[in-house]
Amino acid sequence: MTDNELIWRIAGGSGDGIDSTSQNFAKALMRSGLHVFTHRHYPSRIRGGHTYVEVRAKDEPVQSRGDGYNFLLALGDSFARNPQEEAYYGKEELKPLYENFDELREGGVLLYDQGLLDEEDVDEVGLEEAAAENGWEVVPMDLRGIAKEHGREIMRNTAGIGATAAILDIDTAPFENLIEQNMDGDMQEANLNVLHDAYEAAAELDVDHDIEMPENTHDEEQVILSGSNAISYGALDEGCRFISGYPMTPWTDVFTIMSQHLSNFGGISEQVEDEIAAAALALGASHAGVKAMSGSSGGGFALMSEPLGLAEMTETPIVLLEAMRAGPSTGMPTKPEQADLEHVLYTSQGDSARIVFAPANIRECYTQTRSAFRIAYDYQIPTIVIYDQKIQGELRNLPASHFDEEPNADPGSVLTEEEIEEAAHHSSGKFKRFLHEPEDGSNVSPRSIPGQKNGRFLATGNEHNEEGHISEDPQNRIAQMNRRLGKLDDIRADLDETAGHQTYYGPDEADYGILVWGSQQDTAFEAVDRLNENGHSVKALGVSDMMPYPVEQVSEFLESVDEALVVEMNATAQFRGLTQKEIGKYGDKMSSLLKYNGNPFEPAEIVDGFESSINGEDLAATNLKYLPAAGD
Amino acid sequence: MSAFSAIGDDREIDRDEFTPGIEPQATWCPGCGDFGVLKALKQAMPEVGKNPDEVALFTGIGCSGKLNSYFNSYGFHTIHGRSLPVARAAKLANPNLEVIAAGGDGDGYGIGGNHLIHTARENHDMTYIVFNNEIFGLTKGQTSPTSPKGHKSKTQPHGSAKSPIRPLSQSLNAGATYIARTAAVNPNQAKEIIAEAIEHDGFAHIDFLTQCPTWNKDAKHYVPYTDIQQSDEYEHDINDRQEAAEMMFQTEDKLYEGEVLTGRYYVDDQNPSYGDEKRSTGEMPEEPLAERYFDEDAEWERTYDELLHHHK
Repeated sequence: MTDNELIWRIAGGSGDGIDSTSQNFAKALMRSGLHVFTHRHYPSRIRGGHTYVEVRAKDEPVQSRGDGYNFLLALGDSFARNPQEEAYYGKEELKPLYENFDELREGGVLLYDQGLLDEEDVDEVGLEEAAAENGWEVVPMDLRGIAKEHGREIMRNTAGIGATAAILDIDTAPFENLIEQNMDGDMQEANLNVLHDAYEAAAELDVDHDIEMPENTHDEEQVILSGSNAISYGALDEGCRFISGYPMTPWTDVFTIMSQHLSNFGGISEQVEDEIAAAALALGASHAGVKAMSGSSGGGFALMSEPLGLAEMTETPIVLLEAMRAGPSTGMPTKPEQADLEHVLYTSQGDSARIVFAPANIRECYTQTRSAFRIAYDYQIPTIVIYDQKIQGELRNLPASHFDEEPNADPGSVLTEEEIEEAAHHSSGKFKRFLHEPEDGSNVSPRSIPGQKNGRFLATGNEHNEEGHISEDPQNRIAQMNRRLGKLDDIRADLDETAGHQTYYGPDEADYGILVWGSQQDTAFEAVDRLNENGHSVKALGVSDMMPYPVEQVSEFLESVDEALVVEMNATAQFRGLTQKEIGKYGDKMSSLLKYNGNPFEPAEIVDGFESSINGEDLAATNLKYLPAAGD
Repeated sequence: MSAFSAIGDDREIDRDEFTPGIEPQATWCPGCGDFGVLKALKQAMPEVGKNPDEVALFTGIGCSGKLNSYFNSYGFHTIHGRSLPVARAAKLANPNLEVIAAGGDGDGYGIGGNHLIHTARENHDMTYIVFNNEIFGLTKGQTSPTSPKGHKSKTQPHGSAKSPIRPLSQSLNAGATYIARTAAVNPNQAKEIIAEAIEHDGFAHIDFLTQCPTWNKDAKHYVPYTDIQQSDEYEHDINDRQEAAEMMFQTEDKLYEGEVLTGRYYVDDQNPSYGDEKRSTGEMPEEPLAERYFDEDAEWERTYDELLHHHK
């Protein structure tokens, strides 16, 4: 292992093909044997507006986007044409070049498309001074010109890849293979020509830089995919065959993937009038015997509060996804935040029990979506997978064998007609769907599906007796409440035994702890490595079960350290609040490092935040917030 | 034994099978029009040959939502205004189920109005019965979307400044393919219309006039009452959308002028139901999806290898 890494940033305008180009770049690097990770940044606009994607490549699994970047491919924003915005923000088409000067590392490379950007304008943004100060190697190339020679301007992306490969001395074969795979005819030929010409042109330049490419390491077959892909495949493997939804960023990604493929698996996708309907449809499909899912992002999920409570009261299994973006209200549609935790935990009326999982990475997006379906259908309870804009769209490689798991189509505690014959019925003929004390001693009553003989029952959002009839009898109320809420303890025990969603990281014994959840986990783990290298004694716990909360595991962790820093991407320390509520102590041990400016943490920020907190210093970074422990 | 053997059981059906034993006793007020819906619905079931286990009834909230408690079938008493989206997914999941939804005028035309538009637009194969008594009953007498203009209530003491909604015209515009109005005061017509609606392959909307003797004492008990199919004065081609639209426009005025027009307004047998459309485009499997989970021969092995291949 070495410290060598490439963090390659491609910047342009929304609609310039930045996303697809970066995906191909990452995939080609993975095929060449590297570990890769992508980070996307984009505005809430269809065309135009500064957008970039970073591809980080290392010789070991990549945990986060890293800090800053060392190679910029600036293509210019070809859709920048809003004079009003220009008046406010300056030259829009130049933004991809100058917007993030402060994050390009010393000794890095800045390759920009001379064909699109006016040299006089480039002078104006102070490129020369900034380059001299930071030791950047600036490489202007007419990528647009090379592309146009072979046909179309849009192929300047391919030219940028060719030039990058020459400057970094990367073998072009994986890029060629991808072009051959994805295109045919004239397009394929043109792109191959552009790739080669740009490579040749860049190879002739004398570019001096400090970037050392990592060595190729993995030997097992890898796949590169996003959190949205992994969630979708987890759902398919767990027998989900019905999805209903309404588009909203960033949940739309899973909805789109499922909709494109579900009919090939004999399933059904429904785009409906609103999110209330979306969740209600999933309930109806589940009631009728199909494993079903719906989902949304913050504002849409707010509308699902009603059907969520109905699912709980009628004990109809359902899986909901909540893809967080920055709030309140419509907030920042394309920016990540972890601020819907309390919304998801507590929305809907009454003493409400639902299961909430927060996968920390793409690997867990698959496994925990599977858990969500299994738990929902085994225990007849709504389960929610909460994730965010960061994890849904970032790409990461992992071994293909991660997906070699047996599918599970079992609809849980559903009876066959033979079993219904034997089951308890009321004298009116109604099946006792909501038994106070199920025979197996669990809190889960047996279930029938409409159309089954003699399995009739009433599902109702009102409190109800064993057959489902509405009842306000006090004794029945207590029995039903206790049974429904009792599932949480059963599920906690089940998860402890089977799932192991929590992730320990770092040395067993350490003075300090970092407590983290969701998409910030792996970034925090990278920070833990650096802190220990810096001579600190730190370990971390990534928590992925939000409800039922893993009280025992987190208590032991907090007991074992002197102080713990809770890292999360919101302004009010929601996860720390949950931890304090669930455990009821250690409030004096937990302080918070918070970020809520629309960008996820970089590992260096956590390192700095940790060091400031233990030294009792104020945070140097202005984009972070530190909340001291209770009583401090 | 199949997973859903109750479906398609073609024995003789007795309407008493739909009465759930001796309890619960209906809690509707004496003289309530809701009894008329219950009776007509029970009488329609033997006519269409449906047994209790193959019928799934979805209701909303309010007095109408209690229908489920007195009608012995699979039932889902959902939440205010949401019966339609729950019901239509059940039909997609298992198209062999007989799916019926019911709700009140507040439930169906107020809070659930958006769902009604879209369910009608998509022409789901199901029957929707709206108990229309022009009042919010269970919450004790507030103005509803079908209350006449000027109607005074505790929440609108100056008299409502709003015109009532035109539910049938709205359904026609949205795309419903069977539209009728009936009333508790004519049980025979009600039974026939419900039976027809159930047998109709598409979205059938029945506006069912149900008098509320407790909270809407001023309102007529829907007399004088005219069955437009029996009357020489009114005639229109029920398959013609434009003629039906004009007829509906008239009836929706007359509802508040003393004469109540009932009967079939529009029937479109040509338009395929949503499920059929979806199956024809390959968006939906031919066999009921719900059955797959009980089918031991169903193949559940990992089938997305091809998808995963794109990520390699």
